[in-house]
Amino acid sequence: MASPAITDTAGLSDTIRAPQKPRKFLDLKYQPGFGTIAICCMVLLYAPILVLTIFSFNGGDSVTRWGGFGLNWYVTAFQNEGFHHAALTTLKITITATIVSTLVATSAALATTRTRRWPGQNTAFVVINLPLMVPEIITAVASLSFFALIASVAHISFGLGNLILVHTVFCIPFAYLPIRARLEDMDLTLEQAAADLYATPWQAFRRVTLPLLMPGISAGAALAFIVSFDDFTITQLVAGPGQTTLPLFIWDHTRLPLTPEINAMSTILLGVSIVFVTLSFVIARRRKA
Amino acid sequence: MAAVDIPAPTERAVAAQAFLRRRWLKSRYGLVAPALIIIGLFGILPLLIMVVYSFLEAGQYGGVVWNFSTDAYLSFLFQRDIFDGTLVFSPDYLVIYVRSIFLAVATTVICLALGFPTAYFMATRPPAQRTLWVFLITIPFWSNLLVRTLAVMLIIRDEGVINDILLWLGLIDKPIVMLYTNFAVMLGLLYSFLPFMVLPIYASLEKMDFRLVEAGFDLYATRGKVLRRIIIPLAKPGIIAGCLLVFIPAIGAYVTPLILGGGKHLMIGALIALQFGTSRNWPLGSAQALILMVGVLVALLFYVRTTTGKAQALHG
Repeated sequence: MASPAITDTAGLSDTIRAPQKPRKFLDLKYQPGFGTIAICCMVLLYAPILVLTIFSFNGGDSVTRWGGFGLNWYVTAFQNEGFHHAALTTLKITITATIVSTLVATSAALATTRTRRWPGQNTAFVVINLPLMVPEIITAVASLSFFALIASVAHISFGLGNLILVHTVFCIPFAYLPIRARLEDMDLTLEQAAADLYATPWQAFRRVTLPLLMPGISAGAALAFIVSFDDFTITQLVAGPGQTTLPLFIWDHTRLPLTPEINAMSTILLGVSIVFVTLSFVIARRRKA
Repeated sequence: MAAVDIPAPTERAVAAQAFLRRRWLKSRYGLVAPALIIIGLFGILPLLIMVVYSFLEAGQYGGVVWNFSTDAYLSFLFQRDIFDGTLVFSPDYLVIYVRSIFLAVATTVICLALGFPTAYFMATRPPAQRTLWVFLITIPFWSNLLVRTLAVMLIIRDEGVINDILLWLGLIDKPIVMLYTNFAVMLGLLYSFLPFMVLPIYASLEKMDFRLVEAGFDLYATRGKVLRRIIIPLAKPGIIAGCLLVFIPAIGAYVTPLILGGGKHLMIGALIALQFGTSRNWPLGSAQALILMVGVLVALLFYVRTTTGKAQALHG
């Protein structure tokens, strides 16, 4: 049977390494060149973003030639009427889609984890995750066809509602997965205790389950917010005239002569993504520890 | 491990648990219905409408005319002669499909070649460093794809950072053209989807039991042999998942070829969008989207079969 020395790999390699600086050839986990590749990947992933961000603080007129530090392009961006309008449109769509998809995903997650397996549960799981499996461009043209059909047959147009509905659909699985993961990790004893203490089902849910589930819900909502806020492909094809979101506004701007204003606007968008990823990441991690 | 401290459930607890499960079971359909209705109406129904559209005739100004026609599928391989209406083989669309498949496969292979070592390196760091690495990979994973692609564009343009540096160093005397080439599209795809490869492989390596590696060394395996015969087979589920997560979005990529390929290097995604835009041939666009969808479904089925087959082999 396994002796302690064999079971504890980390401990064993630590004792070997302890006397001196880590010696690579004695480290069982070492593979030559892997660290270098990892560093290269990081450079590949971050260099473009860093360049973009650095040049958003360019005082000069060029997107990639330094003309001294300046915040003037942020000022220009913030004074741009179109940028305001796009930000407002984006927030309307994103906030509505986030709230609806998170509510719907939470209740679906409860139904698919908190019960015995029921007939059709697998189908429900596949349907909820379907938007993740369909390539974006297909969702985009399918939604476009659908709304065009509704408009031509029934003469109904939802206006901005078209975009809100489509965004809600693809946000649902992103909100659903972290909430479901949280529910599966949660132990049932506290809910049982509540039931033992004569809590009604609603009280037990409201006072015990929901607070415990909150980190999952926040992480899911943050992810739903990001995917909706960042979406370009689907929005571009479904958006009607005048329905310009921030990514669409930036795209339209790339058709004009490039100025660091585009760097400034892009950096703002990146900043929003990073804030929400960090939130989601920290919330999901903290409760696990 | 915290799991050790939890006492075994008593009979009473089991009964209470069953009670809770029954309670949720009663309301399951009501709870899951809103999600299913929203996705069904606005996610699945549109896909079905697209299937119908692909068998109709194109309207002159976009949209469709309600006459049954298989022209959309025929035109994938053939073109109708303008004068006598006969079908002539025309590989124009096929070329775009082949290019997309080639670019997607190449992207997947390079992502794997870079992503696997990165994931392995991450999984062998001390826990605190691991969290940092995962966080660093997660940020680009969720960041705005359009903005990230624009950032690549700014770097590889003729007046971009790379050319500026090379010119300044005197290594070249005129800019190297990188933007609007197949190279640019590949680089963009690689850059966009690399995190999709790293994260699933990392997830499977993180759980790996390194005693097996030790056993391998005890049996006189070399580092290369341990990697090939022990680590890679154990990471296989993560590798397959990663390959799919890169391949599926890469083959349908729209933003990357749009920005980095210009109009010259069309991929399927841009081709489909074109039919709904300037070409005004919705049935053709629908048919092409369906062909892509079928390809993706085949890839997914392959994935399900390989992973479930493995699980059965382990249990049986």
